[in-house]
Amino acid sequence: MEAIILQILNGLDKGSAYALIALGLTLIFGTLGVVNFAHGALFMIGAFCAVTLQRILSLSYEVVDDTRTDFLGNPLKVDVPYVNGWFGPEMGQTIIEWSVPLAILFAIPVMMFVGYAMERGLIKHFYKRPHADQILVTFGLAIVLQEVIKAFYGANPIPTPAPPAFTGSFDFGALIGFDPNQIIYPYWRLIYFTFAAFVITAVFAFLQFTTFGMVVRAGMADRETVGLLGIDIDKRFTMMFAIAAVVAGLAGVMYTPINSPNYHMGMDFLVLSFVVVVVGGMGSLPGAVLAGFVLGILESFASMAEVIDIIPGINQIIIYLVAIIILLTRPRGLMGRRGVMED
Amino acid sequence: MFGLSTKDTTLLLFVAALTLLAPFLLNPFPENSAMAQFNAGYPDLMQRFVIFGTFAIGFNILFGLTGYLSFGHAAFLGVGSYGAIWMMKLLTLNVIPAIIMGVIFAGLFALLVGYISLRRSGIYFSILTLAFAQMSYALAYSVLTPITGGETGLQLKATDTPLLSNLAPGEIGRANLFGVDMRSSYELVIGDWLFTFNAGYYIAAVCMLIGFYISIRIFRSPFGMMLRAVKSNQQRMNYTGLNSKPYTLAAFVISGMYAGLAGGLMVAMDTQVGPERMFWTASGEVVLMAILGGVGTLIGPVLGAGMIKYMENILSKINDAILHQWFAFMPDGIENLLVAIFHPFIGKGWHLTLGMLFMLIVIFLPGGLVEGGQRIGRIFRRRDRKADSVESDAAKQRKPAE
Amino acid sequence: MSKSNFTRRGVLKTSVLAGGALAVPTIFDGSVWADGHTGFTNAPEGGTVTLGFNVPQSGPYADEGADELRAYELAVEHLNGGGDGGMLNTFTSKTLDGTGINGKKVEYVTGDTQTKSDAARASARSMIEKDGAIMITGGSSSGVAVAVQALCQEAGVIFMAGLTHSNDTTGKDRKANGFRHFFNSYMSGAALAPVLAANYGTDRKAYHLTADYNWGYTTEEAVRSSTEAMGWETVNAVKTPLTQTDFSSYIAPVLQSGADTLILNHYGGNMVNSLTNAVQFGLRDKQVNGKDFQIVVPLYSRLMAKGAGANVKGIFGSTNWHWSLTDEGSKAFVKSFGTKYGFPPSQAAHTCYVQTLLYADAVNRAGSFNPCAVVEALEGYEFDGLGNGPTLYRADDHQCFKDVLVVKGKENPTSEFDLLEIVEITPRAQVEYAPDHPQMGGAAATLGTCNPGA
Repeated sequence: MEAIILQILNGLDKGSAYALIALGLTLIFGTLGVVNFAHGALFMIGAFCAVTLQRILSLSYEVVDDTRTDFLGNPLKVDVPYVNGWFGPEMGQTIIEWSVPLAILFAIPVMMFVGYAMERGLIKHFYKRPHADQILVTFGLAIVLQEVIKAFYGANPIPTPAPPAFTGSFDFGALIGFDPNQIIYPYWRLIYFTFAAFVITAVFAFLQFTTFGMVVRAGMADRETVGLLGIDIDKRFTMMFAIAAVVAGLAGVMYTPINSPNYHMGMDFLVLSFVVVVVGGMGSLPGAVLAGFVLGILESFASMAEVIDIIPGINQIIIYLVAIIILLTRPRGLMGRRGVMED
Repeated sequence: MFGLSTKDTTLLLFVAALTLLAPFLLNPFPENSAMAQFNAGYPDLMQRFVIFGTFAIGFNILFGLTGYLSFGHAAFLGVGSYGAIWMMKLLTLNVIPAIIMGVIFAGLFALLVGYISLRRSGIYFSILTLAFAQMSYALAYSVLTPITGGETGLQLKATDTPLLSNLAPGEIGRANLFGVDMRSSYELVIGDWLFTFNAGYYIAAVCMLIGFYISIRIFRSPFGMMLRAVKSNQQRMNYTGLNSKPYTLAAFVISGMYAGLAGGLMVAMDTQVGPERMFWTASGEVVLMAILGGVGTLIGPVLGAGMIKYMENILSKINDAILHQWFAFMPDGIENLLVAIFHPFIGKGWHLTLGMLFMLIVIFLPGGLVEGGQRIGRIFRRRDRKADSVESDAAKQRKPAE
Repeated sequence: MSKSNFTRRGVLKTSVLAGGALAVPTIFDGSVWADGHTGFTNAPEGGTVTLGFNVPQSGPYADEGADELRAYELAVEHLNGGGDGGMLNTFTSKTLDGTGINGKKVEYVTGDTQTKSDAARASARSMIEKDGAIMITGGSSSGVAVAVQALCQEAGVIFMAGLTHSNDTTGKDRKANGFRHFFNSYMSGAALAPVLAANYGTDRKAYHLTADYNWGYTTEEAVRSSTEAMGWETVNAVKTPLTQTDFSSYIAPVLQSGADTLILNHYGGNMVNSLTNAVQFGLRDKQVNGKDFQIVVPLYSRLMAKGAGANVKGIFGSTNWHWSLTDEGSKAFVKSFGTKYGFPPSQAAHTCYVQTLLYADAVNRAGSFNPCAVVEALEGYEFDGLGNGPTLYRADDHQCFKDVLVVKGKENPTSEFDLLEIVEITPRAQVEYAPDHPQMGGAAATLGTCNPGA
């Protein structure tokens, strides 16, 4: 019982990562009809927004410490961040430690700009081109983006810890009456889950209850008619792309304390996010979210030692196996619309 | 000739000439010149060109004709490779049974995957094929280690004793064709130039040419027309009472067998298999090859394959020391500046160059490399036409002069 | 204007320059790699010799590969008489005098393994077939090392392995033309176990998370058998996919199992992520069975420790070499590397530098580049002064035997490179094993015979 509750918790949190990325992808892929292989790169750029802010906040000047030596035997140069000088060492340290949450504010404008620039500069010329061309151009873009990041930050993962207030875990099991230490859950993952739920709700509310959202939904259903009504749907779609980029970017920012970001993390998530979107069903936002959570929870169950003992290697293939079963039993995934990317 | 139209015969002969003369064409620079870095005429890379060419030709039969985008084709390449190397380990070091086994294994696996995946179309089909390939990769890397060798893969070892080969104890077998070692080469030195004619390359090249010929025949056959009909409007085709599935499945299996042929050839040329051959990036690579060259054209995928493999193998080997050598004739300041400019694009930066190239080509040449070729051709033809008209004008003028 | 290490095929340099002959076909029977005139592959002619440095330049280990490349460039500089000579001055063998190898100037070519065996072999073949490399070295994973080693055996060139830690490289997949200086899983287990016993007691319950591929298997087996031998109990061992990024679902059940020690048989990105996740779950703040919960990482690398940040503090592991060693060889190497590049070398850089020197010295002692002569010179060779104390290149499996370092994540690092501190230098005698040890492929494992290629 404890084991199952534990894996559901883990699954929710894996699922919220999948759902967030898939949500952004399906906004572009399922609604604008563009196969965006650069979506993983947007997630990665989001994560590196956090890294960049951390770097900016820890910009330092050197102080020579004569009492200690460096590896060559010269007097040690100690880096002192400027913020320490401005706000005092303790406050300065706190500011640096809080760089991940602060990066949310930093990432929103950056990602909005990236999304806008990408759509206006590149993607908009590819709406009418075959999917094959979209794949090639966005894949090329993804490679370029990740190589640029690699050139600046190297290939190694970069540690971006959560603020000390959110490190460590709490005993969820004890709260609901189990023995202590049976179900522990890290604070940061709780925050991640809450954050994901908030972003997902916000996107849905935006599309459901605003005029803008209504127009976009109408455009998704029938682009031409909306155009004939005299509405500039292109502009709306650009906005949509920017929003998708922001969603992906925020997913990346919040993910950094869970996994140290590296330049190829986008590619690692790319294939998975396509699977999530398609299993959810093309053109369906709720489908993408649902599929994200379903796959996240099933993946967690498959990684239990008891399950692996019965079916060796199941943890390696579970996501793909489930995808195959779902797509074979439900022709358009969980909640797909007829006719979207079916030919 | 060969049951082909004149135009197709010309194309086939052109490709045949290119492949057979590749040792010359790919080594245009003298060995001692700075440009020798760009020579691609050594056995390994030439073999890779034709092997990946075969792979891409096969992929194009499915994608180019039916429009079904398989995102898991590397799995067939991998399965073919494993089939081939086991044949070499157990039965004989002759490459022919190994290659045939690779084709058969891949064909059977493609039949299974195709039968299931073709129940869906569009993106759903792509994800199904991707899922099968990723499962093959993950299992080959981990729990199937006893069969696949896992991470380290399979190589021929001193402990392998194929039934039909008389190996001395402790001798490591070598892939051969009736005694001709795949690695034996004939080297021709002409002045400063060195040309290598490698046995393995020619065997792989012949396989590719046969594959290319079959692909032309498929493109021009009623079967090919049927596949094109699937691409343009499957629904309408179904309304006419035709069941398109046997056709698409046949195309899928044929294309899987091409992948198996490529896999078998890879083992024959270099007796080694690793599971990362089946990773999704490998499947993605053949998709990119086809698109880069020109989807649905006969020769495009081969060009795309050549381009990607060339970049991967030549560009990644250029390092700063070589740059300094190239620009050594410049004054120091400019030399260092030029090296700094080129540095991000060579060596470890070859991915960056490749990515930029993808974008540039798809932006400026929507039909891929083939369109690029056609545009250049058109420029020449226009010039020819002008030349023609000039000539005819001259002819006209000449008449009265008589 | 600058001098360069650009290289081309040695064969041509002489045949073209000397003869200037037109259309002289040469037929090599058996192998393209064989140079019929001298009896072995790519025999250097003229005044230079070409080495092939095959390192990961793209993919997750690109930074490690970059550090290896720096070490190689430094080694070439020292061999050719440049710089301060580095470990040439401390090496017990004195045949290296800055005049290259065997009197020939050292040149090199580089390639990208992408940490994929196919790409690594393609790159190595290009070095052998196109550039005329006489020796291939480098790499940052065991899969690549085994694949390239097998290639070099077929081609008849020497392979000096870079960073490869799996038992298989000199175990069941050992080859006569391949040599490994780096330590292996068995040695990690043998060196770690006593230190763990001394610090954590002999009645621990261990939970293993193991990367689901060959290196993971050998490491788990080695650590398991040596910790069980001193009384630890293994509660469970769970395999994790290589492509896994979030390890939460593997780490969360650890406490439920009643284990009080978590052993992470992970390397690279896997290790960074699993360790980060484990710390995030607060495992290290827990008490189980009346003991503080502990985490162990059998194979440490400074570059990876950097990726895990503060999470490595106080965590035990083993490493091949560390820049804070104070013997003369290590100091000389750190000094010349640090002066040239501005930061201390990694263990990958160290092993690659040493391998290059060992190869060069073997050629000098043998007086020939012939791979079989080199193999003979390296087999059973005893040396010192290269940073790990007295070292033996064992003839039976071409594995180096030397002291192994047990390290711990440092509590108060002074810089971003100062992440590990040496806890113990485990003496060589303690990590030795029989060549036909079951973990090394048993009696069936054989080197075969050396292949000069001709």
